[in-house]
Amino acid sequence: MNERAKPELKAVVNESGIEVNPLYTEEDVQKSGGYDMVGLPGEYPFTRGIHRLMYRKQPWTMRQYAGFGNPAETNQRFKYLIANGQTGLNVAFDLPTQIGLDSDDPLAEGEIGRVGMSVDTLRDFEVAFDGIDLTKITVSLTVNGAAAILIAMYLAMAEKRGYDLAQLRGTAQNDILKEFIGRGTWVYPVQPSIKLVGDTIEYCAEHAPRYSPVSVCGYHIRESGATPAQEMAYAFCIAKAYADEVLQRGLSIDEFAGRLSYNFNIFGNIFEQVCKFRAGRSLWAKIMKEEYGAEKPGSMWLRMIAGGGGGGLTFEQPEMNIVRGAYYALISALSGAQTMALCSYDEAYTIPTEYSARISLRTMQILIEEMGLTETADPLAGSYYVETMTNQMRDKIAQIMAETDAEGGIVKLISEGIIQARVSAQAYRMQRDIESGRFPKVGVNRYRNEREEDHPVEFHSYKEEDARVQIERLKQVRAERDQATVDHALTRVRCDAEAGANLMPAIVEAVKAYASVGEITHEMVKVYGRYKEPIRF
Amino acid sequence: MKPIKVLLAKPGLDGHDQGAKIVARALMDAGFEVIYTGLRQTPEAVARMSLDEDVDVIALSSMAGSHVHFCKKLKPLLEAGGLTDKLWLIGGCLPQQDHAALRDLGFKGIFPTGSRLDAIVDYIRQNARTV
Repeated sequence: MNERAKPELKAVVNESGIEVNPLYTEEDVQKSGGYDMVGLPGEYPFTRGIHRLMYRKQPWTMRQYAGFGNPAETNQRFKYLIANGQTGLNVAFDLPTQIGLDSDDPLAEGEIGRVGMSVDTLRDFEVAFDGIDLTKITVSLTVNGAAAILIAMYLAMAEKRGYDLAQLRGTAQNDILKEFIGRGTWVYPVQPSIKLVGDTIEYCAEHAPRYSPVSVCGYHIRESGATPAQEMAYAFCIAKAYADEVLQRGLSIDEFAGRLSYNFNIFGNIFEQVCKFRAGRSLWAKIMKEEYGAEKPGSMWLRMIAGGGGGGLTFEQPEMNIVRGAYYALISALSGAQTMALCSYDEAYTIPTEYSARISLRTMQILIEEMGLTETADPLAGSYYVETMTNQMRDKIAQIMAETDAEGGIVKLISEGIIQARVSAQAYRMQRDIESGRFPKVGVNRYRNEREEDHPVEFHSYKEEDARVQIERLKQVRAERDQATVDHALTRVRCDAEAGANLMPAIVEAVKAYASVGEITHEMVKVYGRYKEPIRF
Repeated sequence: MKPIKVLLAKPGLDGHDQGAKIVARALMDAGFEVIYTGLRQTPEAVARMSLDEDVDVIALSSMAGSHVHFCKKLKPLLEAGGLTDKLWLIGGCLPQQDHAALRDLGFKGIFPTGSRLDAIVDYIRQNARTV
């Protein structure tokens, strides 16, 4: 403490707004709340990890985000990643698929297969996952606006291939509230969007109880300008909104909370990040237990994918992003994440090539195989600094949640564009700070190359041909399917939407009849309408 | 003199608006009048708003790779609307290899990821109403 009193030392405050001392002692831990919340790995409040043995039993799942062009090409990339040691899949869909447009929709022109794989019907899922053992490789679907349809498609595909849905694991992102803050693949207005998330949770609780229908994303809120503490606070508020939606349908918290998962972002100060996760884990457990009355430990677990975020990477000197990615992966490992993915070094330019995706994968494999990170759970526990900062981050996250509730709650604040304006204002200030050099960024405002010439040697290239192939396949499916069954199923989707019923059974019936993403979405839009973005600065 | 008026649009289906909103704030701070369109604008919508709002600058922010495709469709619409005397610019995830095509399509100001906000502001100040 004496060190800090030295007048010549300038105060250092982390992004979350907590002052960082030049030295921490036992006294700091005690002042911040002591060791009460530390506990043991695998035990409430899970600060130190949700499992007793953590990576000693099983290292984190490696799940690079991948997908482009048509399903056949994506299937090849999946197999390449699996052959290289990847243990899970994280599927990228193109924008038309993500917002419920078919490949032959005029609005989809020029966007088909560009940032992910294009999916129109169940046939595409059959091709994309052909030859992949879904009991060994768990699949995460990064889709939100069209999530209910693609979850239905995944379940239908698995069932068709003979898998037992009661045992099927996997994840869908399906966090629509954060899409209104950042990422922007919304379709319907806020209320029916939340209702649909509730439908998927309720349906999976009954039919696919090991499937994780939602991965609540602090990640994109952080990318949009939130601080690390806000990232976690807003994600928790959003998760609570989904939980409340399901509870009012009569399910008990322990019937579904164990299948809620999270997706968080990593860039910035190592210790702020690690403490964010340790703090978040215990706070979520406390919320589930004390506010929601959860009894099963699994309902209290903060299960998460936490990986290197694009927000920390730079356009300048892109190879340095490989180094940053390695540090982000280290942070994730020190934080006890269940699953990891890294943005690849060339992503400020385009979607990753095979080569850059392999570098990300190898980065994680080096950590597992060479660095001793899997041997001991929560190795940073007991550090005066880490325990103090964990306590302070927990208080900070709880404070932001309380303020959010006091302002009317997360749903209201998102509906009115208030959260969006807040994080966007912060992103603007950060950009100004980077440009002025107040916030250091190597290669950007420090150690710049005189002439910027270090660009990746190879880029992923987009093939126009993929779009034509995809549209042809859609035409072929439409010609082959039984149109009367499709029409009947689509009518049921609309009627169930009008009746306010859980829409999943009708959507499952429709995808099984090979109705397309666009056709099903069209029926739902008839009832729900479309979201109108609040523009607020 | 009236402030420079900018239409800042998000073309196509891309949902990444963090950059566009940052630029919007920078332009407002610079004293420009900014009309931010929000997401998912079609070429027709961009052309119509540019005309209706009588803007001096038409700016696009594209992060998801469909920039050349979009600009090809937008160009004839802007020409048909008599908007060739306006300043057209584009920013975002724009690989070097596409810059010549964008310039040929009339987008004289190209600001890829990593561009400084002040560079965008200065460029508009120097080039708007002079085209």
